[in-house]
Amino acid sequence: MIRFAAHRLALGVLVVVGVVVLTFLIARVIPGDPAVTYAGPRASKAQLAQTRQQLGLDKSLPVQLADYMKGIATGDWGTSYRTKQPVLSDLRTVLPASIELVTAGLFLALLIGLPLGLIAARYHGGAPDILVRVFSVIGVSMPVFWLALILQLVFAQRLGWLPAAGEYNPNLYYSSPLTSYVQMPVVDALITGNIPVLESTVSHLILPALVIAAYPAGLLARMVRASVLDTLGESHIRMTRSLGFGDLAIYGRWALRPAMNPVVQVTALVFAYSLANTFLVEAVFDWPGLGSYAANSLQSLDTPAIVGVTLIVAIVYVILNLIVDIVQAAIDPRIRLR
Amino acid sequence: MSVAATIRPGRMAALRRNPTLVAGGIVLGLIVIVAVFAPWLAPYPADAGNATHPFQVLAPPSSAHPFGTDLVGRDLLSRVMFGARISLRLVIEVLVIAGLIGIPLGLVAGYFGGRIDQVIMRITDVFLAFPALLLSLAIAFVLTPSVQNMTIAIAVTWWPWYTRLVRGEAASVTTRPYIESCRVLGVAPWRVLLRHVLPNSMTPVLVQMSLDAGGILLTAASISFLGLGAQDPTPEWGLMVSQGAQYFSTQWWFVTFAGVSILLTAMAFNMIGDGVRELLDPKRVISR
Repeated sequence: MIRFAAHRLALGVLVVVGVVVLTFLIARVIPGDPAVTYAGPRASKAQLAQTRQQLGLDKSLPVQLADYMKGIATGDWGTSYRTKQPVLSDLRTVLPASIELVTAGLFLALLIGLPLGLIAARYHGGAPDILVRVFSVIGVSMPVFWLALILQLVFAQRLGWLPAAGEYNPNLYYSSPLTSYVQMPVVDALITGNIPVLESTVSHLILPALVIAAYPAGLLARMVRASVLDTLGESHIRMTRSLGFGDLAIYGRWALRPAMNPVVQVTALVFAYSLANTFLVEAVFDWPGLGSYAANSLQSLDTPAIVGVTLIVAIVYVILNLIVDIVQAAIDPRIRLR
Repeated sequence: MSVAATIRPGRMAALRRNPTLVAGGIVLGLIVIVAVFAPWLAPYPADAGNATHPFQVLAPPSSAHPFGTDLVGRDLLSRVMFGARISLRLVIEVLVIAGLIGIPLGLVAGYFGGRIDQVIMRITDVFLAFPALLLSLAIAFVLTPSVQNMTIAIAVTWWPWYTRLVRGEAASVTTRPYIESCRVLGVAPWRVLLRHVLPNSMTPVLVQMSLDAGGILLTAASISFLGLGAQDPTPEWGLMVSQGAQYFSTQWWFVTFAGVSILLTAMAFNMIGDGVRELLDPKRVISR
């Protein structure tokens, strides 16, 4: 087991190194002459030469790559043009809010997707099954930015049920100020027992989280349905049936169990996918996380910030993948042999 | 009895058992017809370009403009129709480019194995460490924004999936006796690869490609929505949603019809993908 974990860890490190090299290629090599991009189209020759020297572009590519990797490893991820702050410290402030949003979204996705998958399998071929399948196709085919706009228009602006944008009601800054420990308002409010902020944040979180949930909910419903249908034919299910257990016990306990392993895996992997989807959602709901930061950086052509966002999401993905692999190998020894 | 007549009942039965494929096929068929005949079907073909009509800006849906008009007065129905051309072409181009890069690399990795296999697969690992949207956004970011560059950015992101699938399949095909006998007979390796390994490794890739079309469409619309894909006169659906976003609470039609088009097309692709998977039923399809 330790050998397996060490092997996976080594592969993970290798992938992260590759990820850094790839971002280097994207930022420095594909644009042709990055100095032009950095200095802007109206820069003079002298300015260009200066920029080139500042960025170390006068050195050979391998030397540049080595400098770049050294910077990444020592925490120097460059300075954002827009915020004038080190990219890494920017990321540290925006990432928690997005992790909170994506976690809430995946929680909703599980809450919606698992029961729907079970219902579809129970009524296989019937009307509920068809409804659930239509729902899951819509979920995975939905352009998230469009869904975000529609939910905002309908539930916030027209019906007024939920707040349209923001993290929590700004009036609460004064009436019940929130002490931040982890930069996630829900968690911070829970730690400090700040009920008004907690209520306000949760109501602000529902709409963006629903948008984030659309794709994973569709995916999970479909997966659970397929997996449960596979399992139903097996003898242990027939045995529980003949022992007189009800549908709820059979579907909820024995048929769902084999589906849980892939469900955990997909949920973890879809986490990074959803982090990228926040680019399309957060700006609409003005949620102050990685997505809003990325969308603003894209508009202001802030290359170091974009490279930083790209790197951090890829690293989160590799780490999650590693954890899933190791946890699954710990549960199911057969995986270690593959 | 003719050959066609003996085959047909079986085919019809297979289709009847596969309503998702039929429904997706019909919807996609309609979209393809609209795309192909857009210059003749669209009421104002010039509005798909940079025509402006200052006196009919943001007009609500009417008999003259069933989908309303946009902020420079262009007919949205015409723009949505021409948008189908852009989206369909982009999806096909991405699949072809990604296939042309991914499939040969997978074949080589799976057939030869050893060090070359290791190198190719580690490279795919690096690409697969990014969510597709993120990597294609980063690449589109450093290129000049256009539909063509967006196509390239997405294709560069997409090929490793096919390399992985083909590699697995080719590796298992390579161990079969008929390949071994080819080798013993002294058939040239490229010939074995092209004539025997390739055709026997394609099924899962074809299934995955049909499942991917919807995802590619959504990725492209997202990139355009964020401003890094199609640029203004181009009637791209994602761009249209982004142009209309700030007018949504008052001019609902601007965003709605372009968004519905993306949703419907992606649904058609996904239903066809599911149908094709059921039809060919390989168990190793990647979920993304």
